[in-house]
Amino acid sequence: MDNAFGQPQTVVVLGGTSDIARAVVRRLAAARADTVVLAGRDGAALAEAAEEARDFGALETPIVTFDATDVGDAGRAVADCFAAAGREVDLVILAVGRLGHQEDDQDDPGRAGEGALVNFAWPVAALAAVRRLLVAQGHGRILVMSSVAAIRVRRSAYLYGGAKAGLDRLATGLAASLAGTGVSLHLLRPGFVRTKMTAGEPEPPLTTGVEPVAEAVVRGLAIGQPVIWSPPVLRWAMLVLRHLPARLWSRVMDR
Amino acid sequence: MSRLSGWGRTAAVDAEVLEVTTEEQVAAALTAPLAPRGLGRSYGDAAQLAGGRVLDLRGLDTISPVSPDGEVTVGAGASLDALVRAVMPAGWFVPVTPGTRQVTLGGALAADVHGKNHHRDGSLGAHVTHLRVVSPTGIHELTPADGERFFVHLGAMGLSGVVTEVTLGLLPISSDRVLVDTERFDDLDGVMAAMVEGDHRYRYSVAWVDCAARSGRGRAVLTRGDHARADDLASATLRPPRPARLAVPLTAPPGLLNAASVTAFNEMWFRRAPRHRVREPQRLETFFHPLDGVRDWNRLYGPRGFVQYQFVVPDAAAETVHEAVARLAASRVPSFLAVLKRFGAANPAPLSFPQPGWTLALDLPVGPPALPGLLDMLDEMVVAAGGRVYLAKDARLAPSTLRAMYPRLSDFAALAATFDPEHRLTSDLDRRLRLREG
Repeated sequence: MDNAFGQPQTVVVLGGTSDIARAVVRRLAAARADTVVLAGRDGAALAEAAEEARDFGALETPIVTFDATDVGDAGRAVADCFAAAGREVDLVILAVGRLGHQEDDQDDPGRAGEGALVNFAWPVAALAAVRRLLVAQGHGRILVMSSVAAIRVRRSAYLYGGAKAGLDRLATGLAASLAGTGVSLHLLRPGFVRTKMTAGEPEPPLTTGVEPVAEAVVRGLAIGQPVIWSPPVLRWAMLVLRHLPARLWSRVMDR
Repeated sequence: MSRLSGWGRTAAVDAEVLEVTTEEQVAAALTAPLAPRGLGRSYGDAAQLAGGRVLDLRGLDTISPVSPDGEVTVGAGASLDALVRAVMPAGWFVPVTPGTRQVTLGGALAADVHGKNHHRDGSLGAHVTHLRVVSPTGIHELTPADGERFFVHLGAMGLSGVVTEVTLGLLPISSDRVLVDTERFDDLDGVMAAMVEGDHRYRYSVAWVDCAARSGRGRAVLTRGDHARADDLASATLRPPRPARLAVPLTAPPGLLNAASVTAFNEMWFRRAPRHRVREPQRLETFFHPLDGVRDWNRLYGPRGFVQYQFVVPDAAAETVHEAVARLAASRVPSFLAVLKRFGAANPAPLSFPQPGWTLALDLPVGPPALPGLLDMLDEMVVAAGGRVYLAKDARLAPSTLRAMYPRLSDFAALAATFDPEHRLTSDLDRRLRLREG
């Protein structure tokens, strides 16, 4: 159960090797999370994340594997995670995603479509399964990892940004649909974060490491923030940037 | 579905509430998991079940006539307030009362509440002579002669069965006043020495400690007293307590209670207390239940609510009390006046909180980022000292820490299972601390 400070005990992470998810798990495990189910594609990397979670205080860290291009398998993957938790789940973190290579992918129907599967279609299918299980439980929270890239899509990363935009908008509707169910959804919108996913990319202003993002998440969970921005100033920066005329937007963001 | 929380207004949940007025309805409801609830005055998550069913027992509110030797049989859903109003005009008072009358007898028993007289009269459980308990295995009539099958229900937080009726011995009184001696102390050493030296001379004793004072020395006001006899007063009356005349109409904005406002309040409160005054007649409700004069006072803590942290440590670990007060002062986490008291002997109940020694209770608004870590650190100090925290107040303990504090948890779980083999009695507190898993 979540305690008075919004600290969960049982956590499921879809995309358990994500650097941001791992930073969040480290903090949750150091607080009250004693069961952390880590799900993802790469069993060896998941085992490493599981060991890290135990180092930080988790007691049980089962692993579930799935392939995020296989949308039909999402229901099974989520059900396996809940079964592996062995208790009612307090928090599901949806951190599945990949940046891809815009210039290589944009003219390749196969790769462009696959990116949309991983960043949008699989998460949507998984959220449907999570929604059903948590509503049946009557409590629990969902953290969906969106991105500032979803607020206004950039020319240089429109495949990733477009898919995240879909997920972001869908999640706000899903959050509204949960009113009165005892379940709630937090939407995380980080700016550019230094991770293995973004390694080698040019760093825009307001780039941070993963720790400030994890700190914002833990604070957002504690106070029940529906949308968590990291760094927080992005909330106001994007309010302005999203309304810039297209040419100016391009010049500022796609140099 | 209803939105429910404890008195601290943290971790609110949605649950289905079943109101019952008979034992048959209680038995019928126990065919599936549920959490028993009374007036919702435990501070944390003891009387809620997120997404599940909550059994509202306030309808079991009968109060029998008082027998000539002072025994009364009360429905578990009746409040201490209703009981006091019913028995006071005839010269009886409850043998133990917590800081509010707005608790049910069932809830008071589930927490095995204590009052300002624990050092000589023990907890509520010490005055109970008979219990009726409905559980999935049937209806059980129990007395202290039943040993552990009786004591398991005291302090069980509602997890061993649904107590439907409590018989207890009342205290005869001949006036509605308490004669109170008040003393002010500039530091914790002074007040603790005075309590060790003189508490045995008083039925009631409690100290209010200012933990916000930056010195960290913990100045304090000690109040002690006993019921006034009719011949102590010019004219003795037996008027029951008046209902609350003030109320907090709205939830306060976040941050109203911050380090500065709490420090200012504590300063004013400390200066108002007399340095030394003896045998001042005070109304019972003024002495025992000052906060009952303001309805919904928990709203002052703002939308995020507050936690109460109450621990007990043995006499030999008095240093832990000093350390806790000093750490709290140093952390600048705002804390309203803390309550310090000495406990007497424990009873045989496996989950009962009181044990001989010092108990300190702190009210802390949720919000300061340092608070969760500070309380985890206090937990470690309390465990190291051989102490424990009070489950009726708890909303944030870790399961492993709980086990270090309550070494008889496995006895409790085994006994509770004899009344409820399929674990139908549960709560968010149970799910968080896994109390029934032992």
